[in-house]
Amino acid sequence: MQYLVDIVLLGLLMITGFAIVRMRSLLAVTMLTSIYSLFSALLFVVLDAVDVALTEAAIGAGISTILLLATVALTTEYEKVPGHRSLLPLLVVTLTGAALIYGTLDMPHYGDPNAPVHRHVAPEYIEDTPEEVGVPNVVTSVLASYRGYDTLGEVTVIFTAGVGVLALLGVHLRKRTEQPHDYKMLVVLRVIAKLLFPLILLFALYVLFHGDYGPGGGFQAGVIFATGFVLYALTHGLGNAERVIPPALLGVLAAAGVLLYAAVGIEGMLLGGKFLEYNVLADDPVSGQHLGILLIETGVGITVAAVILIIYFGFVSRRPGGADAQDPS
Amino acid sequence: MLDMLLDILSWILLLGGALFLLTGAIGVLRFPDFYSRLHAVSVCDTLGAGMVLLGLMLQGGLTLVTVKLMLIFYFMVFSGPTAVHALAEAAQVSGLDPVEDDPEDG
Amino acid sequence: MSTLLGHYNYWIVIVLMMTGFYTVIARPNLVKKIIGLFIFQTSVFILFISMAKVEGGTAPIIEEGYSLYSNPLPHVLILTAIVVGLATTALGLALVVRIQEAYGTTNEDDIHIQDETD
Repeated sequence: MQYLVDIVLLGLLMITGFAIVRMRSLLAVTMLTSIYSLFSALLFVVLDAVDVALTEAAIGAGISTILLLATVALTTEYEKVPGHRSLLPLLVVTLTGAALIYGTLDMPHYGDPNAPVHRHVAPEYIEDTPEEVGVPNVVTSVLASYRGYDTLGEVTVIFTAGVGVLALLGVHLRKRTEQPHDYKMLVVLRVIAKLLFPLILLFALYVLFHGDYGPGGGFQAGVIFATGFVLYALTHGLGNAERVIPPALLGVLAAAGVLLYAAVGIEGMLLGGKFLEYNVLADDPVSGQHLGILLIETGVGITVAAVILIIYFGFVSRRPGGADAQDPS
Repeated sequence: MLDMLLDILSWILLLGGALFLLTGAIGVLRFPDFYSRLHAVSVCDTLGAGMVLLGLMLQGGLTLVTVKLMLIFYFMVFSGPTAVHALAEAAQVSGLDPVEDDPEDG
Repeated sequence: MSTLLGHYNYWIVIVLMMTGFYTVIARPNLVKKIIGLFIFQTSVFILFISMAKVEGGTAPIIEEGYSLYSNPLPHVLILTAIVVGLATTALGLALVVRIQEAYGTTNEDDIHIQDETD
């Protein structure tokens, strides 16, 4: 019976994918991409990957849609008909697909408990987590403790992306508190945004600290935190949003998160252990693990939230026509 | 006895909610004009989602899961109609006029 | 028949991957290409996560009464991949915005024509 849900969701994904290829209105394609992310998040829940589903829903259906909309607003809205014929790409794609399908014939059956991927390291992680780390969510313990070094690299990648967008686009500060031109008509949206804004931030903190016991963690929390500010910026205007959270502060925060993460690692070394060893951070190893995981998840959340807001401000404050164009208002 | 009653009630709510969501989807496809489609979606979606959540709350009993479902319900009640309002406002500001009845037809 | 039941997940994912690949190579608009990359990425995530699923298992959160869990290791890898995917998409879109300002268009054919006549 659960195969039915699988097949229906995958079928819907295929239909959405084909529609994205065929449509020429880029706004419609953006919305279809958001729907595609949401369907894959649903599929992840059906496949028992709850952390991944939360992340995909927050990032794919949330932030990516906003960035795509901002880009479409700054560029053209319609795609022109391709000039060349599409027979050669179709051939290449069919050949590649056939080769890949031939390759999957050797793969283990879907859902097989004896597949090689379940044999070597994963059972160790599942068995050792209650004694060594003491955290029920195995994904968090693997992400933050067993594979903490990878996560440090990941946080650095996000930080680099923020730096890159700053270098490419920059953030143009508005000179005064600009109201959007339809300020009077947005009354309902402004009231609801003000009501929901603190709840969204609170929920982000909940996801951050509850990531040990359920789905959650630093990345999801950072994204949800940034989404609250994006909601505020959308309804109250960019000038107000830049006064609430100045972009200069965001640069400092992005760096501070990565610094916190690396500092926890070096603290482990200073206390006698290895880099990123949490066992030495407190009196007994399990408390040390808890403390270490808490600190690095906070660092990750801070960096992710700051970088997403930097990227958002970079896109939205760009005047169409370039950095030297006149202010349209 | 009470358990079975709660079970049946929650099933009625779940199926009813699914029926309303289906009706909303059919309304989006069949209505002739943007504003009427928006109306179909807003009413049927919020009601359908609310009924599904209530059915799940009855299935959950008096646990922490029910509290979380109640919070989700409040959030949906706030965000659903607000999103539809934003869409309708944006459409009106862009100049989309509702299709009106031909006054000569009966 | 058992091959079909055991592998249909992977095959549909490959169809999705090829849809994204086709969008990248056959559509001339730059934003569409980035969206095609996004589709490709997401379908690769689905491939990994369906390899991690164990039949009869549950989500990898240790709880009393459950003994069989889905494999948490691909979940961790895909979590990283999703966030890195967001980073690259954001950078790609920033580049598209600058290309639009430099060339006046985001259509690949027009950009080639402009480059050749310069």
